[in-house]
Amino acid sequence: MASTNTASKLTQREAFSPNGKSVSSPKRWDLITIEHLSTDIILHLLERSDYYVEFLQGAGPFQKWKLLEGRTIANLFFEPSTRTRTSFELAERRLGADVTTLTPAVSSLTKGESVLDTVHVLESMKVDAFVVRHAVAGVPQFLSERLPSHVHVINAGDGVHEHPTQALLDAAELRSALGNLSGKQIAIVGDILHSRVARSNAWLLKKLGATVTFVAPETLLPRGAASVFGVEATNRLDDVLGMADAIMMLRIQLERQARGFFPNLEEYREQYGMTPERMARSNAYIMHPGPINHGTELEMESAYGARSLVLQQVKRGVAVRMAVMEWIFN
Amino acid sequence: MHLLLRNIHIVDPSISLDETGIDLEIKGGIIARIGRGLESDALVRDLGGAVVAPGFFDMHVHLREPGQENKETIASGLEAAMAGGFTGVCCMPNTAPPISDPYVVSYIKEKAAGHLVELAICGTMTKARQGEELAPIASLANAGVRMISDDGSAVKSAEVMRRVFEYAKMFDLLVTQHCEEHSMTAGAAINEGRVSTKLGIPGWPSVAEEIIIARDILLAEYVGGVRYHAAHVSTKGGVRMVREAKARGLAVSCEVTPHHFTLTDEAVETHGTMAKMCPPLRTQEDVDAIMEGLRDGTIDAIATDHAPHALHEKETDIVSAAFGIIGLETAIPLGLSFLVKKGRLSLSQYIERSSLAPRRLLGLPSVAIKQGERANLTIFDPEKKWRFESKDIRSKSHNTPFIGTEFTGKVVGVVAKGNAYFNES
Repeated sequence: MASTNTASKLTQREAFSPNGKSVSSPKRWDLITIEHLSTDIILHLLERSDYYVEFLQGAGPFQKWKLLEGRTIANLFFEPSTRTRTSFELAERRLGADVTTLTPAVSSLTKGESVLDTVHVLESMKVDAFVVRHAVAGVPQFLSERLPSHVHVINAGDGVHEHPTQALLDAAELRSALGNLSGKQIAIVGDILHSRVARSNAWLLKKLGATVTFVAPETLLPRGAASVFGVEATNRLDDVLGMADAIMMLRIQLERQARGFFPNLEEYREQYGMTPERMARSNAYIMHPGPINHGTELEMESAYGARSLVLQQVKRGVAVRMAVMEWIFN
Repeated sequence: MHLLLRNIHIVDPSISLDETGIDLEIKGGIIARIGRGLESDALVRDLGGAVVAPGFFDMHVHLREPGQENKETIASGLEAAMAGGFTGVCCMPNTAPPISDPYVVSYIKEKAAGHLVELAICGTMTKARQGEELAPIASLANAGVRMISDDGSAVKSAEVMRRVFEYAKMFDLLVTQHCEEHSMTAGAAINEGRVSTKLGIPGWPSVAEEIIIARDILLAEYVGGVRYHAAHVSTKGGVRMVREAKARGLAVSCEVTPHHFTLTDEAVETHGTMAKMCPPLRTQEDVDAIMEGLRDGTIDAIATDHAPHALHEKETDIVSAAFGIIGLETAIPLGLSFLVKKGRLSLSQYIERSSLAPRRLLGLPSVAIKQGERANLTIFDPEKKWRFESKDIRSKSHNTPFIGTEFTGKVVGVVAKGNAYFNES
């Protein structure tokens, strides 16, 4: 018993030491935030995604790469996801990795095991990288600080903090549509308060020289957002229609209405929906991270129309995640 | 015990005493002589100019017993208090079962009996801290509680709060509120502001504290004759309202924790869950207002809100993690480093907020440093530089962001109840 106590004390001491814990300097080979990612690395990843996206066209069979052969990647989706999870899995498999995916429904988390326990258990089975999605901000960083430095962590969306690969794929598609983003006007419309996509995109687009405007009802704009992210903010979508080069629509979640953030979906659509009338008054490209509420933030005609980048975004998602894996393991 | 403390700096604001180069002789727990160059056959301890003050009292600690003895016990909590330089603490009632019945008071008293550190007890103000029915306040008062509070939760209903004030004033008990408008803080983990916006962590707005302070001041004024105390005030607006209430002559008081005058919400970025507190760490503007409140006396007392938690409750995500940190063993070093050393409070102001005011608020006898009085002393070296390490911790829990911090000012020891305790130097 005595030795067990000593051991647990030691663990406590190390775990509680604030030394070496700093969000501002994450380990080099993790992808936790866009905020702390250098513009050089961002540009490198965007260019590599241009390379990979070429292989995702056409009808022929897909030739797997062997870049990640012998590597094991665990996708931990503590929050439900279909497209991001699938996109990561395909990117990993196409580069030749062994892949395992855990979701709360099939993991031991429902039995009360902590996130940290789950990760330690998997790491003991020699996992080389964790792709982590969690409903609480900061979990990928938290895990990264507690894993050995040869084990990589990739943030697949943490709470309403960041979703780095989404911002990378959005920027890659914007560049293919608009060219250099310096000086371009990008509007992000909808539930900014609860959006990690808006946050990561704001950081990334600013780094590439674009001007970003958050468009949202006052109830869905986080306090101080304009000054924290260095963006413009407005409550009126009509004000940005004429000048925006691209408009990113965010998904509005129905449960927000119950919590009093807006009165009803009809009123929301009236003020913040990209209706056919608004489409007619704008030349902007339309983007959406999905899944779309057709008839609320977007009409189906707009979502799949000539100026929509929605499906290219999805294709690009796989290419960007391949580029990220290549960078992490290079 | 027969002890001669040689070469000390006595500071006792209650009798305007502030002298250096003094010797103090304690015999049988009583201050026998105070003077220069005393000779005695007592055990002599040269303190090299250390400050001797009336014993410090922490009016807000969580000792977790009964119910969560894995985090802290009354014995371990009192040991931490003693090592931290306190001769008295008041334990809060959110135990399991809560301190809502006289038999829990007796249980705690029995556990604390005989320790050098005096334990005052806070009872709940509503039954089981549910905020619905009055706790048996008369029975709790008769059992010896010095204050009542539902700490951890605010009483939601203004009507219930009114009745608590009316009933408690019959016993002249201090009524302490944990000031939080819960409808605005569901799921919140840190201060709502620039940091929560950037990190995407659910925010706890400062106005949620201020609304309850405002309501309670209005109710206390309406009821009249009740002594109201706002626990762990963290906001600029809270300090302002207490200042205004005092100026109107109301018996309103408040306390602040060392972490709220030393850290801001920026600490969440470096310390993660160790910087998750309730109320949360606020902004520099709030810290500045707290400093001003401490200086002008709006803030009566410094209290730690010592909140021990098990490792697994902090080694998790920020939303699931427990609120709070241990504070007994860092309170005086933080006060000396951040208040006294930086010239924000004089030594005697600091001692007033740490010793005299809490005792006065709880209606405890004063402990002046005078010949013939009981020796109840806190001794510290305000210039000593040292590094706080995990191995120093006496509390059962280690949840603190201050491990590794370099302090200026260290506790030398305490004297109370006829006993003396000295830390290793």
